Amino acid sequence: MAEAFIYDSIRTPRGKGRKDGSLHEVTSVALSSCVLKEIEKRNELDTKEVCDVIWGNVTQVGEQGGCLARSAVLHAKWDESTPGLSVNRFCASGLEAVNLAANQTKGTGGAYVAGGVEMMSRIPMGSDGAAIAVDPTLTFESYFVPQGISADIIATKYNFSRNDVDLYAVESQKRAKNAWENGYFSKSVVPVTDVNGLEILSHDEFMRPNTDMQSLGSLKASFAEMGEVMPGFDNVAKLKYPELEKISHVHHAGNSSGIVDGAAGILVGTKEFGEKNSLKPRARILASEKVGTDPTIMLTGPVPATKKVLASAGMSIGDIDLFEVNEAFASVVLMFLEEFNVSHSKVNVNGGAIAMGHPLGATGTMILGTALEELERTGKSTALATLCVASGMGASTIIELV
Amino acid sequence: MEEFSLSVDSDKIATILWDIKSKSMNVLTQKGSQEFYDLIDKAVDDKEIKGIIVTSGKKDFAGGMDLSTLSNLRNTKVDNPSQEVFKFIMTMHNKLRKLEQAGMDPKTNKGGKPVAWACPGLSAGIGTEIGLACHKRFLANSPRAKVGLPEILVGLFPGAGGTTRLVRMLGAMAASPLLLEGKMLNPKAARAAGLVDEIVEPEKLLESAKKWILEADEDELVKAWDKKGYKMPGGNPYHPSGFMTFVGASAMVNSRTQGVYPAAKALLSVAYEGSLVPFDTALKIEARWFTHILGQENTSNMIRSLFLNKTALDKGATRPSQVPNQNVKKLGVLGAGMMGAGIAYVSASSGMDVVLIDQNQESVSKGMESITNILDQGIKRGKISNEKKESILGRITATEDYSLLRGSNLVVEAVFEDTQVKELATKKAQEYLDEGTVFATNTSTLPIGKLAEASISKAEFIGIHFFSPVHKMALVEIIKGKETGEKAVATALDFVKQIRKTPIVVNDARFFYANRCIIPYINEGVRMIGEGIEPALIENAARQLGMPVGPLQLIDETSIDLGVRIAKETKEALGNMYEGGATDEVLKILYDTGRLGKKSNAGFYSYNEKGKRLGIWEGLRDHWEPSKVQSDVSEVKNRLAMIQALEAVRAIEDGVLTDIREGDVGAILGWGCIPWAGGPLSWLDLIGAKEAVKICKSLESNHGSRFSPPYLLTDLINKNQTFYTRFPDGKTT
Repeated sequence: MAEAFIYDSIRTPRGKGRKDGSLHEVTSVALSSCVLKEIEKRNELDTKEVCDVIWGNVTQVGEQGGCLARSAVLHAKWDESTPGLSVNRFCASGLEAVNLAANQTKGTGGAYVAGGVEMMSRIPMGSDGAAIAVDPTLTFESYFVPQGISADIIATKYNFSRNDVDLYAVESQKRAKNAWENGYFSKSVVPVTDVNGLEILSHDEFMRPNTDMQSLGSLKASFAEMGEVMPGFDNVAKLKYPELEKISHVHHAGNSSGIVDGAAGILVGTKEFGEKNSLKPRARILASEKVGTDPTIMLTGPVPATKKVLASAGMSIGDIDLFEVNEAFASVVLMFLEEFNVSHSKVNVNGGAIAMGHPLGATGTMILGTALEELERTGKSTALATLCVASGMGASTIIELV
Repeated sequence: MEEFSLSVDSDKIATILWDIKSKSMNVLTQKGSQEFYDLIDKAVDDKEIKGIIVTSGKKDFAGGMDLSTLSNLRNTKVDNPSQEVFKFIMTMHNKLRKLEQAGMDPKTNKGGKPVAWACPGLSAGIGTEIGLACHKRFLANSPRAKVGLPEILVGLFPGAGGTTRLVRMLGAMAASPLLLEGKMLNPKAARAAGLVDEIVEPEKLLESAKKWILEADEDELVKAWDKKGYKMPGGNPYHPSGFMTFVGASAMVNSRTQGVYPAAKALLSVAYEGSLVPFDTALKIEARWFTHILGQENTSNMIRSLFLNKTALDKGATRPSQVPNQNVKKLGVLGAGMMGAGIAYVSASSGMDVVLIDQNQESVSKGMESITNILDQGIKRGKISNEKKESILGRITATEDYSLLRGSNLVVEAVFEDTQVKELATKKAQEYLDEGTVFATNTSTLPIGKLAEASISKAEFIGIHFFSPVHKMALVEIIKGKETGEKAVATALDFVKQIRKTPIVVNDARFFYANRCIIPYINEGVRMIGEGIEPALIENAARQLGMPVGPLQLIDETSIDLGVRIAKETKEALGNMYEGGATDEVLKILYDTGRLGKKSNAGFYSYNEKGKRLGIWEGLRDHWEPSKVQSDVSEVKNRLAMIQALEAVRAIEDGVLTDIREGDVGAILGWGCIPWAGGPLSWLDLIGAKEAVKICKSLESNHGSRFSPPYLLTDLINKNQTFYTRFPDGKTT
């Protein structure tokens, strides 16, 4: 079987996912196309060589609907022979896009651009509806609760206190600040420009580097009201986890991932593709996996997804130098640290979605790219990226520096 | 026609009159529905007829569907009973739809005739669904007027278009309390909820309906959902605001029903799926789910226990038939504590004169105070008027003077739960009673035979066990002593009927029936604490069984010292058979540290200084550290359910229960035992004797001989029976 290599990895900066966010004026297709064009330019890519553009995107309605991937290809004025495929595995869509590309590369060769976009300021999360949240034939037996409740169930089950999750969040901000100040993202972050080439945004604008325990301490738990009062999701959670007397609500805006706009892309191809186009492979995609888990606690996927991908790569947890575990909520990462007993110094070393934001469809691509850049900077060898996924799923990828 | 009739007046307005001659209350039977359909056809198809009034010849419109019709339909001996039910429901939909469209051209919505619903009093279930199919609903402003859709309370949901129409009329949010709680609304509330349009004085009911028919605008005849551009109030499930409503509805219903009531879930499915399709398709969806729910065995069980058998018991199924009516005009109540005051209150409310006696003025006043409180709460909620309050209070004579008992038809003793105290009160009261006056004791644990010894006549002595709080609990357990005579039983039953509660009649044995089951349930929960099971798991598992309160909360409410006393007595009675173990150990530690339950603001739960329950007492986990490996929730549920169900079976074997209907109805109304399955015996039938014995044997080997399967249960397997096929008329003797 052929190997799949990463030839390039870029991302846009992340704009605040609000009406006053800097990227709010940019359309979803334009931001996607911005990534595609940059990949084309940097690699002097003959776009005819690209077998498919696989594009992660969660809320596929309105301007993000109608197979945005194909629209982005056309918008970027790529060769019309390159098709596009929009994929949705919720928060792991961007990683799933890379994994699909890698596996197709391994299977049938060629080159792919995999990535994703989410303009959360323009297309609100959840606006595509979801039967699992409202159809009683699903909601009852899957004990549906919103993700924030699930994150709080994890905190309750693992005994993570408000202090624990806030400490984690402060550290994420600190690390992101450090990474930006030292230019650790310089290879991958590409400024977003307008039709005239004028710069719209060049840095992650969601970050709050001055966050400390005191400022977080003043925030109200976001999911206490819906959990305890209306409509009372905690009682649903207890149907599934009857050993719990109450759910401890510790998550809030400051220790959960930020709502942002952003896009990212990775160029994946065979060894032959690189040789033919005089491109130097940067990393090898060793293995990728996906799992389904209990939909109520929902966000535990990174644990089995990590075990599974380690098994398929024939590796053990100690073989991994660097981890990116998506900071959907602080408890998810704390759970990961506890389950695998890995040092925090190896995980999310440059901060994560709590500090910089989580553009749903793009994040998976972004964190894999962050891991790649950090391996290159530090000269380490292997990295594992994993994300928790709505409805109880998880995805994971292991790369190795070439 | 015997149930419906049609008349046409000089204005060419047709009146469809529902009046079942053989019954005091209209209920829709299979025969009646056919008659109704024929009249709908006649009235709608007849071009001469200008408008239609649907009304009743009785004081009320209707009590609902004749539930035996539904169970018969379900039990029709055909290859596919679901097909029969579905057909029956669809016919009903089509006919009510015909009434609703009343001859109009579906394309232009023109040419229809006005249809008014004129409801003189109560209308429940199908009655209200018929109303909802009409164009304008008039309700008489009468104290007996109550409108609602209570189907959910017997494990069904409105299946004759009521769910679909109400959700489309009011939106999912506003329709929820009516559909999911089955609330019956008085005229004011019914109009506020949008269930009826006009409230009119009773004598003007038909006149108002006619007036409207003659003046009705064509637009008033077209239902919102039949008009172009209809949008569901509050939004459909994929509208941003509707989405949140539906997300919340699922969560609320799931947690409130603990997932064990399929009807509530199906009702939501009807609302959800129905709101995404045109109206007629939505009716079809409603029929499919209704058919599904009616086909669930636990639905039939719920109908059987909560409606058919409860009604039978209410009507005196177990009453000795030779004894003439023993209506109580004057009641004596001894003891003005919580129970005595409650008994006095419900009796006075039902029109009896009550003499409420206690030993000093202070206790007497306290009793009256608590009665006044109940009444004031009723006034606050608009349930009773000031005049009614005064007349109820006026019927109660609160006194220390036993001689005022003279002329009582029945005396209920509710003094302190102590044999000597009770004996004294009995003797003192009987000095003033006519010979042959029935004397009842409200005891929950003391043997009736023993207490009867203080009575002048054992034949006239009986136990009437009320549940607390008396004014809310629907069950009364009547206990026959060995020598209790038929007249005493009849008197007790007639009295219970007067206060509109449901009676069960059991024989005298330790803890009678209810407490015989409740006490082991509590003890099993307490025992689990000692075994290191997570306290929350015990309480949540109980709730998942459909129990209203977990065993730990229950013992906190009934008090730990009572639990200790009962354990001690049980030990004395059972000797070597007694399995105290962890239960006694846990109770002892709580007792010794003064954690006596809610009354001491400390028990298995913690409370604040105002007595509000805060959470499970953290000290429990220190005393009895939860094991690393916890029991599976299904094991905990099986223990808590089986410990009660087996007691019910043993109560039959011991002759305490003589009718399985009483075993199920009593358990549901008395302590909320597995109502979704139709009660503990129905629950055993539902899982099947074979599976039940399998569970018992596994529990027995893991937890002790109290789970050993009783002979009767194993014999059901041998004879391939269920409780309800073995005892087809309910009677076990």
